Amino acid sequence: MSFSWAKPYEPKHPVMKWVDERLPLPRVVYGAIGGGYPVPRNLNYWWNFGVLAGIFLTIQIVTGIVLAMHYYATTDGAFNSVNQLIMRDVNAGWLLRYAHMNGASFFFIATYIHIFRGLYYGSYKAPRELVWMLGLVIYLLMMATAFMGYVLPWGQMSYWGAQVITGFFSAFPVIGEPLRVFILGGYAPDEAALTRFFSLHYLLPFVIAGVVILHIWALHIPGSSNPTGVDVKDEKDTLPFHPFYTAKDGWFAAAFLLVYCVVTFYAPNYLGHPDNYIPANPLATPAEIVPEWYFWPFYAILRSFTFDFILPAKLWGVLAMFSSILLLFFLPWIDKSPVRSGSYRPVFKRFFWLLVVDVLVLGWCGGGAPTPFRAALGQISAAYYFLHFLVILPLVSRFETTLPLPNSISESVLHGEAAEAAPAGQGNTRGGSVATATAH
Amino acid sequence: MVRVIGFLVGLVFAGVLLISLISGVATNLSSPPAPLASEEFHKHPKPLRLASDGPFGKFDKAQLQRGFQVYSEVCSACHSLKLVSFRDLKELGYTDAEVKKIASDWKTQVPSINPETGEAAGRKALPSDNFPSPFANETAARAANNNALPPDLSLITKAREGGAAYVYSLITGYQPQPAELLKKFPDAKTPQGLHYNPYFANLNIAMPPPLTTAGQVTFADGSPSTVDGMAKDVAAFLAWTAEPNLESRHAAGVSVTIFLLLASILGYLAYRQIWHDAKRVVRVTGPLEAENQAKSRSAKAKQGVAG
Repeated sequence: MSFSWAKPYEPKHPVMKWVDERLPLPRVVYGAIGGGYPVPRNLNYWWNFGVLAGIFLTIQIVTGIVLAMHYYATTDGAFNSVNQLIMRDVNAGWLLRYAHMNGASFFFIATYIHIFRGLYYGSYKAPRELVWMLGLVIYLLMMATAFMGYVLPWGQMSYWGAQVITGFFSAFPVIGEPLRVFILGGYAPDEAALTRFFSLHYLLPFVIAGVVILHIWALHIPGSSNPTGVDVKDEKDTLPFHPFYTAKDGWFAAAFLLVYCVVTFYAPNYLGHPDNYIPANPLATPAEIVPEWYFWPFYAILRSFTFDFILPAKLWGVLAMFSSILLLFFLPWIDKSPVRSGSYRPVFKRFFWLLVVDVLVLGWCGGGAPTPFRAALGQISAAYYFLHFLVILPLVSRFETTLPLPNSISESVLHGEAAEAAPAGQGNTRGGSVATATAH
Repeated sequence: MVRVIGFLVGLVFAGVLLISLISGVATNLSSPPAPLASEEFHKHPKPLRLASDGPFGKFDKAQLQRGFQVYSEVCSACHSLKLVSFRDLKELGYTDAEVKKIASDWKTQVPSINPETGEAAGRKALPSDNFPSPFANETAARAANNNALPPDLSLITKAREGGAAYVYSLITGYQPQPAELLKKFPDAKTPQGLHYNPYFANLNIAMPPPLTTAGQVTFADGSPSTVDGMAKDVAAFLAWTAEPNLESRHAAGVSVTIFLLLASILGYLAYRQIWHDAKRVVRVTGPLEAENQAKSRSAKAKQGVAG
């Protein structure tokens, strides 16, 4: 698809040949994740998390479909169908549910690392703007899906989380309250809200899968970016996806799943909130309403606006929270530096790590009771978040002196032994004939 | 254009946050938030070691049976156990006949109808029934308990921060209100009908001390019954009701961990094998760095080629 030296699909088995002539699906798969997709040879382990996110999407869909077979989307039945039927009576139901619960968390862990990798290595820059934007669409869909999924067990946090999050809409003047009532199907979360959230929670993962296909399609036009940010120049710079990156992704996926399974089997409720094991009670507000950990930074931004400056504080909070994600769509045009990789941008690099710390601090602020210290820290971190993307980044990209880039990917990787680097599978470079070695 | 608009939006948000920060700090300085007794005197649960802790933990069935006895003789007077059924007790080591007897002897009947008149009635519990609740409904429960609602205990160790240790600490944590607290917060005197307990979030709990004297429950297995021991046993029992599949989860976890560990190792070796020819140390800092050049020279020297 992308490079002239990409190997075309040559079916070996007559059956595959027969299929390929009629429906070239094997050809598409081969070109997408097989030997027909040339990938820069210098990718580091930060590039593994996209595939991992895909694995977790699959885990969520598979466990979710089976869980849906045993779940009752009614306010009377939901809590018991999860906590009695699924957790006690369904064979291995506890495994499905804990795998699904923690799968959501690990899906977000993989996705956050994937997003920050993109931020550091400038993966959002031309010609990959649409890859980045489709990725953000996936992320927004994930957030909606995760929120609605958290409502389904109909525990205290489910109910009050739904109350708070749908309450965002009521911050908008005039249309706000009618919109909130329309979304909930009532004045408070109830049967109507629960059933529609269930319906959408089942639908959206398939929409995500569709956008993932577009994301990968758009990626395969320019090909993957790489840690140097230098464009692929010739065949020496790339390796076929299979077997090289399937092998790398394969072992790393097993190692990451190991961490996921240790949490799922030995600390399944560590990432959740105890209050969600109390059945929803519209008359008893929990001491503290906190969303799932992956929303904490945004929750901190929302809560940081406490002063009615022209607009009500709540509206400021909601606008800022939506803006904090929407601004990422404009990143390719905000950061105009022609150098993609943060490794060659000394000033950008410092601010990038500051942003990482900032988002972690925001998460800490959003996850706990708003004490005066936490509130003040949250306000400072929220201000930095916006200043980073909207003020600092454009200035840095304008005034920064970048480091010299390597001439090519192969040169950066092969310590100047470019001549030695035969395309993979064409000759043994280690045993090196004297002829190739002396060419250096 | 995008950058100009973004620049302004960024400054506006940062400005409003600054105003919020200043007004918040000013408020806190002029009228600092009053300290609360529930913040200063609240205690974290005491440590509790259970046989079911840790990756290889298994339930201590004798302890669970003792805990069940404490539940049925003490707690079940007020607290329901709605998600657990009598047949589940077989996991504690009771035989079919014993479970049948426990069910039919249970003090509360299962709501039912009179088969002839269709009027509401009760019947004896069967092993397939869930534990019947001590009160017919929430209103009845509140009416009998000074308007407090005794929570269902099925999931209590998962529904409270601290889990089984919290349950154990709460049951054994009743004490007279410290004089120091009353001196500092004269308004925080425990109200009539409530009981001071530093492990409870707001320090004053409606539940009267449930376990007060040694020997309150006479254990079927003849174990000595102390308040501390009974509290531990019932905490262990409630850890089981909240997580009855813990043992199979732990066992499955061991196999899955070993499998994935082997898969990672084999996968890593396969990866090294596949990349053998293509692999070079990735240094995005570039080929001309002294360290990389040294590596390159030593690699060549090893192969006996001139470089």
